Order: sequence, then structure tokens, then C-alpha cells
Amino acid sequence: MAALMPAPANSRLLMSGNEAVARAVWEAGGRVAAAYPGTPATEMLETIATYPDVYSEWSVNEKVSLEVALGAAMAGARAFCAMKHVGMNVASDALMTMTLTGVSGGLVIAIADDVGLSSSQNEQDSRYWGRFAHLPIFEPADSQEARDFTLAAFELSERFQVPVILRLTTRVCHVKALVTVGDRRERAGSGFTKDTARWVMVPGNAGRRLPMVFEREAKLRAETEISAFNVFEDGGDRRVGFLTSGPAYMHVREAFPDAPVLKLGFSYPVPFEKVREFASRCERVVVVEEVEPLIETEVRAEGIAVLGKNVLPRMGELVPHVLRPAIARLLGESDTEIEKSAAPAPMPVFPRPPTMCVACPHLGVYYALAQLRNAAISGDIGCYTLGFGQPWNALDTCISMGASMGVAHGWDKGRAESEREKKIVAVIGDSTFLHMGMQGLLDIVYNRGNVTVLILDNRAVGMTGGQNNPGNGRGLHDEPAPRVDFATLVKALGVREERVHVVDPYELPTLFKVLRQETKVAEPSVIITNQPCVLGQDYQPRKAYAVIEEKCTGCGNCVDVGCPAIHVTRRDTVTKANGREVARSFVRIESQACTGCGLCLTPCAPEAIVPAETCAPGCARGMPKQAVVAE
Amino acid sequence: MTGVTNILVVGTGGQGVMTASEILAEAAIALGHDVKKTEVAGMAQRGGVVSSHLRFGERVLSPQISPGTADILLGFEAAEGLRWRHMLHPDGLALINTGRLVPPVVDIGLFEYPDDPIALMREAGTRVFSFDASAIARGLGDMRLGNTVMLGAIADHLPFSADVLERCILKRFATKKPQLIDLNRRAFAAGRAAAALAAKTATA
Repeated sequence: MAALMPAPANSRLLMSGNEAVARAVWEAGGRVAAAYPGTPATEMLETIATYPDVYSEWSVNEKVSLEVALGAAMAGARAFCAMKHVGMNVASDALMTMTLTGVSGGLVIAIADDVGLSSSQNEQDSRYWGRFAHLPIFEPADSQEARDFTLAAFELSERFQVPVILRLTTRVCHVKALVTVGDRRERAGSGFTKDTARWVMVPGNAGRRLPMVFEREAKLRAETEISAFNVFEDGGDRRVGFLTSGPAYMHVREAFPDAPVLKLGFSYPVPFEKVREFASRCERVVVVEEVEPLIETEVRAEGIAVLGKNVLPRMGELVPHVLRPAIARLLGESDTEIEKSAAPAPMPVFPRPPTMCVACPHLGVYYALAQLRNAAISGDIGCYTLGFGQPWNALDTCISMGASMGVAHGWDKGRAESEREKKIVAVIGDSTFLHMGMQGLLDIVYNRGNVTVLILDNRAVGMTGGQNNPGNGRGLHDEPAPRVDFATLVKALGVREERVHVVDPYELPTLFKVLRQETKVAEPSVIITNQPCVLGQDYQPRKAYAVIEEKCTGCGNCVDVGCPAIHVTRRDTVTKANGREVARSFVRIESQACTGCGLCLTPCAPEAIVPAETCAPGCARGMPKQAVVAE
Repeated sequence: MTGVTNILVVGTGGQGVMTASEILAEAAIALGHDVKKTEVAGMAQRGGVVSSHLRFGERVLSPQISPGTADILLGFEAAEGLRWRHMLHPDGLALINTGRLVPPVVDIGLFEYPDDPIALMREAGTRVFSFDASAIARGLGDMRLGNTVMLGAIADHLPFSADVLERCILKRFATKKPQLIDLNRRAFAAGRAAAALAAKTATA
């Protein structure tokens, strides 16, 4: 991610919302940007890293990234921080106090909400953080607004010395649209000015700053009343007026081209007078906001009658085909009419859940965990969360970043009498461990828990695209960086040396042995796996394998590895001598996809899996015979 | 919205769905259209379902195509074509690769892959032009050419000329990998020819 020459001002470019925000951070003279990867926010920092003159970093978690950005803004630099919605849950401790100190240089905090849960453990509305911390919120609806609002957010932040929240959703972050860009305007930082009454938040100082927060909020409300980002669009069909924000505006405009609309781009504090005037021009007002009734509740508390979540869904995206029937119902259209114009339904097709990759080192871990009897396995956030699925069924909970440790410890301490022998295991990735897992392990050790911890070190933040982290020895720009030694780290936290093992997850016999041994021991142990992510630069593919068709007995053991390169070609049932019916699955390996990890060799009793180059042409290509002929 | 063209590109993670959609977007921009393109991409790398919405015209509002309004469904995998059939306008056209990618849940025996997804689409009333784009790509020596083959297939069904689209594809390789230009040109031509042949068969 070397710095590129940025496209010149006035270029019109196809940009995602994330790319547009990144461009604006550069244009605004941003000096420091920090983030932890998380869908749908990741590309903001990745793109900023391609611009010159902005220091950018992957921080170890969102809280640290926000503190880094705050520190830079305290020191007078324009600073930026981006995170996914759940990231702010982690960072909120810092947020709730920085509202009291405010900032010196502009600070913009982008929070990306995963409306519709495309890649998250929950659905949250981050605008509550603005209300909670009394901070202003901008809600862009598309990429151009993402750029424009980010620039405006920096200006506002400095005028009011307040951190500004830029609230995005997946349909801004991951929508590409045309954006007209501008030039960078360099801004010299003022430097840090010592001012203990402002920067040292002890009770006395903090208490004295509280009134400022409410005065500031009143002034900000006056700003939203006159903001050019809060736009009234008149319409001929006044039966319903729509009060809306963010990308929901686009859906409203698409579905109801003739309706009056009040679009709030600078949505918090809510401009009550503007809303009151809008409401007086329409027969009724429906608030269309994703996903919580935040504006709706505020407006109603002001005595303005509006509809909202009582006529619209409580969750998910408010797309045109969701809005149309809801409003038709409100306007008294009959169910039969609504049904007639309903969107066609999908036909039933098998699900295609995300899978682990061919040769993924986690496959070995889950193949081993799946055979562990009388065990409870506490999981965490990352690719390895997929271990809960088929064929492994080897993960029993997933809550939040780092939670595998604390939850496993709680399982241990809360054991029922009948669970005395239960093996308790926690599984966590390298980056998640460094993000929030270390404290959990320390808690297990300190409180003499009995958990077997697996740290799956694949040297990347895999799920979000293989970003670097402190565990792989590379910084954001792939430059060399100090590398954490996990074994030394966990020993320093108090895990006894004999209980720490570094294991190659492709070496199944060793993995089985260590796992059996450590789950029997009544004290904390840590097993670190050490093979890199197959999508990353550290991975070295090896020669492909193939199945000798005549030797395959159909036992199906290799299928239990869960590698997507192994396909079942034929299934049948045979009756054994003892009368028992046995299902058989005969397989082939798609040699074009296989990268030779060899995980399927161990479970294959008849040794039917061999290097593809030593196999007949048909099986070497991993194609069923008919297909080879058809070519 | 009148005058907006809706194209839904679907497939599975790793097939180049998003790149194909991006190239189509670039072609539409080159012709002066307003464009919006979106997809759910969070887990796309992991072999899951990928669908990319592309809308272009004088002015595009919502980035998402509503069910029943897509002009073209470009399906990179047979069953994925079936999965998204409901997104097509009744007069829309489905261009579908008959090549199959069988997911682990089917291999394990938890679900069945339909015997003939294309036939199911036709039975449901969809106009389908189908051909084996995977085999064409394999024949050219690289599965990764599949998305160029599919772009070739859509080229004669767009409100602009195939040349514009081809230029946008080849531009991608001009600086970084010029050795791939000829291969992609062949893949594009093969896709065009295959779709034209499929059109004849479907209407015969």
C-alpha cells in the first residue's frame, strides 16, 4: 500500500463510500488516521494508507485507535478514526469522556453500521452513541455525500471543538458511485497546549465541564436547524411526508417520487423546528430511518406527531420493496391489492454458507476438535467462527471480540456437578487475541481456571482480507514491524512453560496428542498453531493431491476435514456382514484447487490419496471421467 | 425510475463477480451514465453467495435492484442463477453459466444440488441463454478467465456497444499484465459467440 499520486481535483471517480471518506480525510488535511479492521469499515483506513502525508495505522483495537486519534486531535492535528459498529462498543469508554474534553484539531469518528447483518454478530444503530455522548452526527446517503460530509465534519469539529460522528451503513460503505473530488488543503497543527482543567478528567474538572456539553448541544441544534445538509424537497402527493436520513433517503426517493421529503444529513441534534414545519405541510409524517427509532422518539417527545416503526419493520434495510407495501397498507390499500404488486419470491435453492478455504490451517484444528468427546468449545470472532458449521460442529458459542476466554472461564467456574469431567476449550485467532483476548487469558490464569486455549496464529486478520497485525511482523504498509511472540507472551501472563505448545496444524497426529493431553490437565494451557492464512503472502502452496478412484472405499473420513477441494462423486449404502447398514461417499479432489496441505492424508485409511502428478490423467485433474471426456 | 438499466451479477466468492460488475460500471460511466453499484461482500472470499447490483442511467437513486425489476441476470454459476431468478423483470434476460460449483453442504449430503437449474428457471417462465462458460475458461487454460467470458456473453445485450465493454476489460491489463490482453480478448470473443449460439438454441 505505497502512497500513490492522488487523482487531481475535479476528477469524477467511481468510489465506494469508504473510498470517498478516505479521500476527504486526505483533502481535509488529515494528519493521523487509526482503525482496527472490521466489515464494512475496513477500506476507509486501507484507502487512506494509499494517500501521502497522512500517518495511518492499524491499531490493536478500536479503543486504542480512538485514543490515538484523540491524542492527535488534542495536539491540534486533524485526526480520523474508523470502526464497525461493534468497534464503538469497545471504544466507548474513551468516547464518553472525550465529549467532556472536546478536541483542538478536528476529530471525525466514522462508525459503520452493518444494517442487514452481512458480516456481523448483531445489528446496532450507532447513532445512539451521539445521543449518549451529546456529539453531532452526520449521515451521508451516498459516496459524494460521504466525501462532502466528512469535509464539513472536520470544519464543524474545529468550530465547536467537538468530536463528530460520521454514521455510515453498509449501503454507503460498499456502494460505488460517482464522486467529484477536490484538492488537499494542508493544515499546520497547533501543537499540544497544557491545560489540566480541560485535559485531566478527574471528578472536579469533569464536573466543571459538564454544563459546556449541554450549551454546546443547544448551539449544535441551532446549526442543524440551518444546515444545508438538512433538505426539504416538496412533492405533490402530500398524503405522506417522509422524514429520513442516510441511504434510506435513496430508497424513499425511489419508491415515492412525488412525496415531500425532509432529508436529515446532519441528523443530530435533531432540528425540531424544521421537522415541525415539515409536519405542518403533510397529512402525516413517516420517519424512515435505519434501524432504531432514534429521530422518531426524539421528535415525538417534542410533541410532533409522527409514524415510524409502528408501520415499518424494526430491522434490516428499508429498501423500496419493503417501503412500498408498508405505506400502501398505511394508506388503506386492501391486502389483495398489496399482494398483487408484491415482489416475486425466490425459489428454494440449497444454502451456500461461507466456508473455510482449501488448505486453511484451521481445517486441521476443527477436524481434531470435532473428535473431542465431552467438550464445550468457546469460540471467537474471525474465520474460525465458521467451525460451528458443517461438517465440524465444533464451536458452541460466539459473542464478541475476545469473549471466548471469559466465557470459557465462566463455564469452568459454573460447572454443574454432572460436568465435572467436561473439557473446556477456547478458540481464538491471533489478531482477536491481541485485540481483546489477552485480558481474558490473564483472568483465567490469575483466577486458577481450567481452560485449554487454542490460539490460531495464521499471521493475518483473515476474515477482513488479511490485514497485518502485531503478530505477523509487518505494519500497515508491509514495512517490517516488531513481532509479538505468542509463546513468550502467554508465559508472561502466567501460563506455565510445560503447558504452552506450538503446533503445526497440518500435523494431525501431533495436534491430536497435544489436545488430548492438555484437555486432561487441570490447569490453563495454551496451544498455538503456526501456519499462515492461505490467502496471505506467507503461504507457500504445495503440489496438489488426487484420489485413485479404484482405491477409494467410500469411508468418507476425508470429507470430515471440510476442505472445499474434496467433492463427493457418488453415494451408496452397503450392508455389512453383521447386518449393519453403512453409508459410503466416494470422493475426488479438485486438483486445480488443491494446494497440497495433506490434511486429508491422515484420515484416508486405504491410502487412496496420492500426489496428483503420480496419478492417471483423469484423476490428476480432479474431474469426474465423463467431464474429462466432454472437454 | 425510467431509463435506468438494472443488471444483477451473481455467483460465488472467488469467481470475479465483483470485478465483472465493476468493469460494466466503468463502461457505463465512459458513456456518460450515472452509476451505482453495490454488493454484500463481507464473506465473499469464503465461497459464499455473491450478488452485485449495477444500476445505470440518467440518475440513479437507490443502489439496490428491487425483486422483479432486473433487466439482465448474469449468472456465473448454474444454481446461483436459479437462486436469483426472482430478481428478473418478467421480460428480463438471464445469461447463465451452466458450470457448477458444488458447496460442502451438498457434498456432505445435507442438501441436494438441483438436477437441472436452467430447466427449472425456464419452467418458471424465465428467458435463459445458457452455456458452459467454465469449460470455455478451462479450455483457454485459466479458470480466472470465467468473468471475461461472462462479460463477453452480456456484451450484445447492453444499451451500448460491445466494443466499449471490451476496451474497459483490456484497459485493466494494459499496464500491469499486457501478456494477458490477448487471452482476455479471446475469452471475451468466446463468451460473445457462446451467448449468440445459446440465443439461437433458446429461440429455435
